[in-house]
Amino acid sequence: MDFDLTEDQREIRGVAHELLASRSPFARVREAAEADAYDDPLWREIVALGWPGIAVGERHGGQGLGAVELAVLLEELGYACAATPLLSTAVAAAVIETGGSDAQRDRWLAGLIAGELSAGIGSGELVLDGHGADVVVLIDDHDARLLESPLSEPVQTIDPTRRFARLAGAGAGDGEPLGAGAAGRIYGAIAAEVVGLCQRALEMTLDYVKDRRQFGVPVGSFQAVSHRCAQMLLHTESARSTAYYAAWAADADPERLDEAAALAAAAAATAGREVAASAIQAHGGIGFTWEADVHWLYKRAEVDRALLGGVKRHHAALARAAAARVATVATR
Amino acid sequence: MDLTFSEPELAFRDELRSWFANHDPGPEPEGDEHAHYAWRRDFQRELARDGWAAVHWPVEYGGRGATLTQSAIFFEELGRSGAPMMANVLGLLLAGPTIMSWGTPEQKQRYLTPILTAEEIWCQGFSEPDAGSDLASLKTRAVKDDDGWLITGQKVWTSGAQYSKWCMLVARTDAEAAKHKGLTYFLMDMEQEAVQVRPLRQITGESEFNELFIDGARIPDENVLGGVGNGWKVALTTLMNERAGLAFFLQVRLRQLLDRLIEEAAARDLLDDPVAADRLGQLHLKAEVLRLTAYRGLTAIEKYGQPGPEGSLTKWMWSETNQQLTQFAADLLGPGALTGGSRWAYELLRARGNSIEGGTTEVLKNIVAERVLGLPKAR
Repeated sequence: MDFDLTEDQREIRGVAHELLASRSPFARVREAAEADAYDDPLWREIVALGWPGIAVGERHGGQGLGAVELAVLLEELGYACAATPLLSTAVAAAVIETGGSDAQRDRWLAGLIAGELSAGIGSGELVLDGHGADVVVLIDDHDARLLESPLSEPVQTIDPTRRFARLAGAGAGDGEPLGAGAAGRIYGAIAAEVVGLCQRALEMTLDYVKDRRQFGVPVGSFQAVSHRCAQMLLHTESARSTAYYAAWAADADPERLDEAAALAAAAAATAGREVAASAIQAHGGIGFTWEADVHWLYKRAEVDRALLGGVKRHHAALARAAAARVATVATR
Repeated sequence: MDLTFSEPELAFRDELRSWFANHDPGPEPEGDEHAHYAWRRDFQRELARDGWAAVHWPVEYGGRGATLTQSAIFFEELGRSGAPMMANVLGLLLAGPTIMSWGTPEQKQRYLTPILTAEEIWCQGFSEPDAGSDLASLKTRAVKDDDGWLITGQKVWTSGAQYSKWCMLVARTDAEAAKHKGLTYFLMDMEQEAVQVRPLRQITGESEFNELFIDGARIPDENVLGGVGNGWKVALTTLMNERAGLAFFLQVRLRQLLDRLIEEAAARDLLDDPVAADRLGQLHLKAEVLRLTAYRGLTAIEKYGQPGPEGSLTKWMWSETNQQLTQFAADLLGPGALTGGSRWAYELLRARGNSIEGGTTEVLKNIVAERVLGLPKAR
């Protein structure tokens, strides 16, 4: 039993954290968002570092690491709220690697990793980076399939740090199905990004409430504020425990992946919303302004929640899993 | 990252499982607290006979020198087996480790074995009517004279005092010193006229807790633990030990209660309702979060010697989840869950204590805010 990152995984996290802190401070995120564009220099650097292929085998030019390493990177991506197509590209590559056919791997992986092909992920109504994508991984509750260059139209969401699309008439049965576990991997990966969003929202809030003084004292000394922060930590750590569990299960214990992913998705959907909304509240009036950067986190958290398909379906899946456990024990 | 048990851990677990399979505690006595207590004490003796009562204790004191993970496995398996928590849980988890840390060789020699065998039950004399969350403001006085110490004061929320031979007593030995500094930790014999135990009747109707009225009790000098005036530090050792292994036991018991609810509700087709399913899904999530977070905490302690930020959250999460679970049961099962003698009626009421005992949720949030998040001291 070792529920912690390895030395190598910590190293990856440290490198990603440093790079994104220096290349993608909120000023850059804001610039990209206001220009309605991705941060292209940053994306080129990320591609050069091989991040899109982190969970792809070396045979196709990837780094040959796994879902945990991917989760670590995505957590840092969320922490920085960086304006890049890393989530869609790296996750599409990872699920094609693990759930695709040889032909699909040969067709897509090298190009995605090299940044020459683009990928979208999502459901029909909301596809991250779906507009004009060469390939889209469509989640259909517990299954996922690949669509080549589907017709789409761009959609403006509340999150201007990323691009979204709606597919034009991709009906059921379109595309090629991916193997079991693809949907779970995607849910788990989005959840990992949300953990990073939560961590950042919590840290920004702590800095603010330690610094901001009213009634002659830091507002963080009021229990109404400090207990809110404690609740933010509880949500964040719940999302973290389940996101790591899902990432670990994806490679090490695929039979548990569906349930682990539902845990991660449900925890992240709730945590992202609660923690980022709390960050706005704890910042007071300033938190409601365009200048204070907490709104980027809230917007991304809400849209990630939608990408996860909302929270209801995951609660329902978890209820079924809990009942199935009891039934299994009873018949044993 | 590896969320599986190692071969030695699996072997330890299997050995335990087969032990539990061969040692049936018998039916849980209902309606008679003393019989219930005797049931728990007898089962601890069985555990002790085969070296299972305190796996986390060093081998030299009768334990197995278990790792934290093995200790967690013990509590998980204890919970799974349906066997009762050891009667002398406070002795095993609190008094024993505190005596190992601070005791003289004579004290270790004298007290540890009877804790293990449940020959001598221990209780914890910390809280007072005016010193609950603010423990260091306690008022019970210990005055030195030629025969040792003379104790006067009152303690409250003392679990198991009616069965106890010994009490971990913190008393004020220096009224002039600053509030944390004038305290001393004593090992007090409960079997004396000057110590009166009065059971507190709980909202469940039963009495797990007591008040202690101490009017001129005697404690000899050799029963000071960790030195005169050092009581706060010694008490912190006790408090640090309080939640370590227990989290796993509680987590498993919560899972069992949830399974039981699912069984009853499924038999009555109550889980098809989408609102009920949604709440059930959330409870399953929280139960899993508790389990996973407890294991993360364990790894943090094993690798870094101290719990990570998640370690402070488990008791709060557990109490909240247990309360939500029992309220969900009342909603789901209907009025039948509230009738006298129903297991659910009892669990619903007992759960109200969860967010108070062993540190109120409000104090836990203060601790998280100040010690984990580094926020200024609360107002």
